[in-house]
Order: sequence, then C-alpha cells, then structure tokens
Amino acid sequence: MKGLLIISGLGVLAMLAEIFKFKKLLLPIVLLGIVVAYALNFMEWTHDYSISYFTNMIAFDRMGIAFSGIILATAFFWFILANDYFEEDSNVVDHFALVLFALVGALMLTAFTNMTTLFLGIEIMSIPLYVLAASQKKDIRSNEAGFKYLIMGSFASGFLLFGIALIYGASGSFDLAQITSYITTHASGMPMFFYVGVIMILVAMCFKVSAAPFHFWAPDVYEGSPTLITALMSTVVKTAAFAAIMRLFLVGFSGVSEVWTGVLAGIIALSLIIANFSAAMQTNVKRMLAYSSISHAAFMLMVVLANIRNNISVDAILYYSLAYSIGSIAAFGVVYNVTKNGNENLNAFNGLAKRNPGMALCMTIAMLSLAGIPVTSGFFAKYFVFTTMIGTSHKWLLILAVITSAVGAYYYLKVIIAMYFKKLDTPEPVQIERSNMMVITLTSVIVIAIGIVPGIIAEIFRF
Amino acid sequence: MINGISINYYLLLSTVLFIIGAIGVMARRNSIIIFMCIELMLNAVNLLLVAFSTLHHDASGQVFVFFIMAVAAAEVAVGLAILSMIYRNVKSIDTNLLSNLKN
Repeated sequence: MKGLLIISGLGVLAMLAEIFKFKKLLLPIVLLGIVVAYALNFMEWTHDYSISYFTNMIAFDRMGIAFSGIILATAFFWFILANDYFEEDSNVVDHFALVLFALVGALMLTAFTNMTTLFLGIEIMSIPLYVLAASQKKDIRSNEAGFKYLIMGSFASGFLLFGIALIYGASGSFDLAQITSYITTHASGMPMFFYVGVIMILVAMCFKVSAAPFHFWAPDVYEGSPTLITALMSTVVKTAAFAAIMRLFLVGFSGVSEVWTGVLAGIIALSLIIANFSAAMQTNVKRMLAYSSISHAAFMLMVVLANIRNNISVDAILYYSLAYSIGSIAAFGVVYNVTKNGNENLNAFNGLAKRNPGMALCMTIAMLSLAGIPVTSGFFAKYFVFTTMIGTSHKWLLILAVITSAVGAYYYLKVIIAMYFKKLDTPEPVQIERSNMMVITLTSVIVIAIGIVPGIIAEIFRF
Repeated sequence: MINGISINYYLLLSTVLFIIGAIGVMARRNSIIIFMCIELMLNAVNLLLVAFSTLHHDASGQVFVFFIMAVAAAEVAVGLAILSMIYRNVKSIDTNLLSNLKN
C-alpha cells in the first residue's frame, strides 16, 4: 500500500517539476522513488495476513505484493531505458506523470478486493496509456494507434461494467469476498444473468490482455505507438491485467468455474493458433512482438485454467510474468535503438552482429528466452506452465501449445538469423547510449540467471 | 419489483440499450457517433446499476454510477483531444481513413 501511495505522490511531484524547474532532477527522483516503493512494498511481506485499506477496497496480500514487485522492477528498468526518449520532447514532465499514474492503476489491479477498485484500476491504468500511445502529435500512425486503443479500451470497459452490474444485481455486493460467499451459499439458485456477468467480465479481461479473438486491436496499437510505450504496454499492463485475472477468477469466481473454463480453453486455443501463425508472417518487428505477446498471454491464461480447485499456486504465473517482462524489456530496448532511424522492418536488424555485437548478443538472449529455448528463463517459464497443465482435463491444450511453440521458435529465430547471417553492403555501427546498453545487458543477465536457478523465484515467492 | 415494475423489464431495457451501443461502435464510421455509442453502453450500465441498487435497498450501486460517470467524462475528454489531433492531420474524422497501420 505504501508503494502505491509513493508512486501516486511521485506522479503529482512530476507535474510540479515544470513549475518549480527541477526537470533535470526528475529522473533520479523517480528512480529513487521506485526503489523506495519497491522496498516498502516488500516490507509488508512479513505480515501473515493482508491489511485492507479504505473500508475493504484494496488489500495487499502476498500475491498482490509479488505482482507489484514485478511491475515496479519492470518500471525501474523502463525509466532508465526511456531517459533519452524523455529528453527529446519538450513536455517531459507530462510523460513522466502519465507513466507514473498508469503505474498506480497497475498496482491497484494487483490488490483490488472490490469491483470498484478493479474498474478504477483498469481505467487509471488505461487512460494515461491512450494519451501516451497517441503522444507523437504530428504522426498520424501514432494518432491512429491512440484512437484505436481508446475505442477498444472503452468498449471493453463497457463489457466489464455490464458484467459487474449483473453480478451486483445477483449478489447485492461489489465486494469480492461477499460475491464468493454468495456463490457458495447459493450454489444451485443463482439467476441466469449472474453467469452472463461472469462471462462478460472474462471477455472484457481478455480484451485487456489481448487474447484472441479479442486481439485485433493489439498489432495496430503496438505498431503505431512509440516503441517505448509499446514496451510499457506489453510488460506492465500485461502483468497487471494477469494479476487481476488471477484474483478475479481463481479467488472470486472459482465456485462457478464450470461456466467459464470451457470459454477460457477456447480463447487460449484460438490465441495460440492465431498469434503464432500470424507472427510468422510479419515483417514489422513491433507487429511481430505484438503477436508474440498474444501467444504469451495464452500461456499465462493456461496457468489460470490449470489452477482451479488446486491450492492456488501462483509460482508458475509469477515466474512467467517475470521472465516475460524482463525478456521483453531487453528485446524492446534493442528494437528501440535499432529502429531509431524509422525503419521498423526485420531488415533493420541485418548484420547487427557486425554493427554492434553487444546489442546483437542481448537481442539473441531475449529472443531465445521469448521462444523458450533452454538455459534462458523463458524455457522454465513454459516448463512450469506445462507441468501445471498436466494434471488437468485440458491436456489437448498442452499438445497444441507445444506445436505452436515450435512455430513460435521460427519467427524468433528469423530475427537472430537476420542479425548474424544477413550481410549489409555498408555496415554502419549502431549507436547506443551507455545507460540503455546497461539496462539491456542487465536484463539479459537476469534472463539467463533466473533461467539457471529457476527455483530461486519459487523459493522467494513461497506463500 | 420496483414501483410495481418487475426488475426483468429494467434488465431488458438496459440490455437492449447496451446492444444498440455495441452495434453502433462496430458498425458506424463517424468517430463522434462511435463516442456517443460508447456513452450509450455506459449509460445502459448506469441504468441497470440504479435499478439493482433500488431493488437491493443498497446505496453502493448508485455510488458506483458516479464513478462510471466521472471515468466516462475523462475518457471522452481524452478521446476528443485525440480526435482533434487526427482532424488536424487528415482533415476528417471518418474512421475509414484511419488505416495507415497495415492489417
């Protein structure tokens, strides 16, 4: 909770920076603030119970704290990566404030205990991102991305709200714990519209994590937005939305799981097929990463499917979120620096091994991790998902996931082949700022490190 | 029962309004109309929440409506700002023109 308050405070402070002229100091202040928020966040870990705030609106239990930790760590790396992006714009402070407020929404999503905070968290996270997606005012592609994101985001919010209203109508409460107890006490006599409400919330959340068939906005938005904003969308937003899905469906609606598991299994199967086959056909790197993020969304949804009725073990999804977020930050860091000249096609990576060997190596590690090749953390992330799936009745999804992962490896390897085996006539070195290189190297090392000792995360996050 | 009218009628009315809004978002090509349709969807939810709130004799449903109204206002403010930016660049608000990102 203290972490949430500190990030909110930082957002307000960022808006004041223009007036009191400490723009140059803002980045160090924000980085320091995130570290402090991170530390305070984990200091609440020692409690065996969760303390609820604002008359039971929000409560940071260990699941919430662990997800908040991943989000804050990703945000820390993201801010270092983004330091020169902020410098070239005259409205630096606005960008800072918007990103920080989006973070506030993301942290709320990890710890909501009431439908009101769920809705507000989603909106606080999304509205700044609509603005950030459209932040390149003169670029029509950026405008279009922002507009599409806004329309699709509000459309999904409409579904979410209708679902919440129907559930409120049946149970008479917005409180997640009371809805859960309503489900257990009225197991046989719930009105039909309660089930409709649950499915509508599922659909809305699938819009937010861009799972197929609700994914069609994602490639356009990812392509049109500034690269760093895309990085933010595919890491922080995804993690937060998954934290929300975990809490909603594993804690809140697990009593009516027979209603939504079938729908969810269908969504996962569609996402796996559509995302991997479409990604293999893309030439634009950002579009490819958008489809890749859809397939990773499917993997994370598989954990939700696998955990019903088990003791909720969130290790698998925490590890997956961490591996995916850190790997994505490394990948997007390289993409951001390589595509600075405006060429976002795969051929921008041609001969990168000659032009900047360090970056090429980091990109290779990131791609191997996203593809799930052993030694990198992506392999163990997929491995944990598969092991949780084995015990369930949806084994066919497991087979589908393995097959589509093989297709996935193809398009990640395309990038590696372009970097190492395609020649350029006039290879000019790619310049990269030292701080950016530091983040990319550090995240690549983390990707390898938590791949070598995968048990460490499960050990740290043991509940 | 609210004033002698069954809750099912409220449910039906707001469902119809919601579906009209949803179809409007998908079918219409004018950006302003799309925003209006999103508002229609949200207001269908508001109607439903107020009806259920009265049914349950519980004020929290009506408080939730205030949150929805505030958020909808913020969303439309951002949306219109983006729209005016688009208009400056292409001199139109027809969504058919927004296809610069390849499918």
